[in-house]
Amino acid sequence: MKKFFSCEGLVAPLDRANVDTDAIIPKQFLKSIKRSGFGQNLFDEWRYLDHGEPGMDSSQRKPNPDFILNMPRYSGAEILLARANFGCGSSREHAPWALQDYGFQVIIAPSFADIFFNNCFKIGLLPIALDADTVDQLFHEIEATQGYRLAVNLRDQSVTTPSGKLFQFDIDSFRKHSLLNGLDEIGLTLQHSDKIRAFEEKYRAAQPWLFT
Amino acid sequence: MQTLYDKLWQSHVVYEESDNQGKQDGTALLYIDRHLVHEVTSPQAFEGLKLAGRRPWRRNSILAVADHNVPTTGRSHGISDPISRVQVETLDQNCEELDITEFRMNDIRQGIVHVIGPEQGATLPGMTVVCGDSHTSTHGAFGCLAFGIGTSEVEHVLATQCLLTKKAKAMQIVVEGELGHGVTAKDIALAIVGEIGTAGGTGYAVEFAGSAIRALSMEGRMTLCNMAIEAGARAGMIAVDDTTIEYIRGRPFAPVGDLWEKAIAYWRTLKSDEGARFDRVVTLAAAQIKPQVTWGTSPEMVTTIDGKVPDPSRIDDIVKRHDMEHALKYMGLAPNTPISEIRPDKIFIGSCTNSRIEDLRAAAKVVRGRHIAANIKLAMVVPGSGLVKQQAEQEGLDKIFLDAGFEWREPGCSMCLAMNDDRLAPGERCASTSNRNFEGRQGPGGRTHLVSPAMAAAAAVAGHFVDVREIN
Ligand code: SF4
Repeated sequence: MKKFFSCEGLVAPLDRANVDTDAIIPKQFLKSIKRSGFGQNLFDEWRYLDHGEPGMDSSQRKPNPDFILNMPRYSGAEILLARANFGCGSSREHAPWALQDYGFQVIIAPSFADIFFNNCFKIGLLPIALDADTVDQLFHEIEATQGYRLAVNLRDQSVTTPSGKLFQFDIDSFRKHSLLNGLDEIGLTLQHSDKIRAFEEKYRAAQPWLFT
Repeated sequence: MQTLYDKLWQSHVVYEESDNQGKQDGTALLYIDRHLVHEVTSPQAFEGLKLAGRRPWRRNSILAVADHNVPTTGRSHGISDPISRVQVETLDQNCEELDITEFRMNDIRQGIVHVIGPEQGATLPGMTVVCGDSHTSTHGAFGCLAFGIGTSEVEHVLATQCLLTKKAKAMQIVVEGELGHGVTAKDIALAIVGEIGTAGGTGYAVEFAGSAIRALSMEGRMTLCNMAIEAGARAGMIAVDDTTIEYIRGRPFAPVGDLWEKAIAYWRTLKSDEGARFDRVVTLAAAQIKPQVTWGTSPEMVTTIDGKVPDPSRIDDIVKRHDMEHALKYMGLAPNTPISEIRPDKIFIGSCTNSRIEDLRAAAKVVRGRHIAANIKLAMVVPGSGLVKQQAEQEGLDKIFLDAGFEWREPGCSMCLAMNDDRLAPGERCASTSNRNFEGRQGPGGRTHLVSPAMAAAAAVAGHFVDVREIN
C-alpha cells in the first residue's frame, strides 16, 4: 500500500450527492484484469461527450467542457470535494483505483458509502468526512477563489484552508497507523498465522460441517 | 443479551487489534467461512497472491463462478467479446491452477454468484460469507454475516482466510403484519430504501425482523437482504427458523446425517435474544406497503404505483432539489406525471435480486395467456442459474414467457449491469427487477425503473406501469 502523510493540493469541486461507483468508473472498464490505467476513464460518462469503451485512445475523444475535471482551473487537482454518500453502489475497488490513477490523493465529502470508504484505505487513498456545513462552505470558497488549495495532514488529522482555517477529521487509529506506514496488511495478518490456526482448530471442533 | 449480529461477529473473532498503547478501536481479525469469487473482482487479487508467492489458505472455502460477463445467448460459440473472454478465462485458469471449485459457463450449476451459493447449500447459517461484490448481503437471509469486499480484501481472504474489519452498529428493521395481495419482498425492500434513504444504513449491520419477514419464503428473504446494500448497509440478515432449515435440507453442500442434526441444533440459536439492544430501530407496517416503482437514478427515488413523479420545485433543500432535477432530466420525466403513464421500452426480469424460481413463477402468473404490448421492444427473462432455468422449464414457465413474446435466456447478470451484450440503448426505458437504477447502469443513457417481477410482467403486458393488484 502507498504511504500517506500529507497532501497540499488543488481542489476540484464535484457538486453532487450519491456519486455512485458506476459513475466513478463505468462497468465496461471493469473487464480489465489489470490494476492500473483506470484514471483516463474516471467519471467517463460525465467527462466525455462520446461513449467510451476499453481500448479507446482517450486523447482522441471529445471531452465535455462543462464537466468539472475538464475545466482548466481544476486541472491537476489532487483533492476531490463532493457531497454526501460518495462511492455508493458496488464494491468495485476499480473506483478508488481510478481516482488514485487520475491523480487524486484525498476525497472530502460529508459521508461515504462503507465499502468504498474501506477500499480507499487499502490502496492509500484518503477519504475524509467533514460535516455537511463545512463541506458546503468549502464549495463556496472554491467557487470564489481561483487556484483554491487545501493542506491535508494525516498525522494531525487536519485540513487547512488558504485563509488558515483548520478542520479536524476522525480516523480509526488502526487505519491511520497502516496509512502512515504503508503497511502490507496481508503480511501483517500472516504474522498471526498461529492464532488463525488455533482459532480454526477450535472452530472446526465446534462446527465440523463447515470443513467437509 | 446479544443481537444476531453480535453472535455472528463474536463467533468469528480471531483477535482484536490494538494500537501501540493497547487501545482497541473495534477492529478485529474476522475468520471467513465461505469465499465466493467471480471473474470481475478477482483477477487482480489472484495476481497479487501469486506475485507474493502465496497460496490460498483454505481452498475448500472458495466457490467460483463467472456471471457478470457471460453471454445469455449462443453460448456454444463461447464469448465473442475478446475482453470479456479474457476475464472469464483468467478465472478458469486461476481456479484450475489453485484447484478451486468453479462452475464453468456451460455447467448447469452456473449462475449469478448470489443465486448459486444458497442453491448449492454453500451458504449456511452461522457462516461469515464474503465476495468481491456488494450484493453479498443477499446471503444474510440464512442467518449469516455476509458482506461485499473490494479486491485487496479478496486477496487478503485468499491468503489468510481472514479479514481485518471493524464492527458496525446494529439496526433492526421490523416489518409487522401481513403484506397485501400482489405485494412482495421487493416492494418491502424498495419501501425501506425510500424510507431510510440510500445512506440510511451506512455504518450499520441490519437485521430484518417482524411477522411479515418471518412469513417470507427464503427467496423473498434473499431479495430483501440483497437490497440492504441499497440502503447503505453492508450486511442484512434474518434469524434462522424452520423456513431456513427446510430450504437447506438436502442441498449438495449441506451437511448430512449426524452433522446435519448437530448443525441444526446450533443454527436454531442464531437469532437475537429477547430484549437485545439495537442502535437504531425502524418499524414499517406491512399492510401499508404498496407496489413500488422507482422514478429516478437512485433506489431511494421511489414511489408507489398510484403515485406521481415528484416536483422538485416543492423541495426546499437545495442539494436535494438539484439532485432531483438532474435525475428527472436524465430519466426524461416531467414532474407530476402519474407513474401509471410511464411507458417502458424494455422489460428485464432477472438479477441476483429477482431471478429465482419464485420470482419467475410470480411473473409467469401475470403473463400467462397474455402478450406483451406493442410498444415493448424487448422483454427478457434471465434465470439466476442453470438450475433455476431447468426447474422453470420443468414447470412450463419458459413456454408461458415465450408465448407471451418474452425471450428466454441463459443465466447470468445480464442487463442488471450490462457488461455483456444485453443493454439499453441511450434514452431507452426499462422496467427492471434488478437493484440499481444508477445512470448508465443498464447501458449508457438507459433509464431504469426498479420494480418487482410481478410488476415488471404487468408493465410488459400493459405497455405502461400498472398496479399488478388490478391485473390478477
Ligand atoms: S445480478 Fe447485478 S447486482 Fe447481482 S451480482 Fe450480478 S451485476 Fe451485481
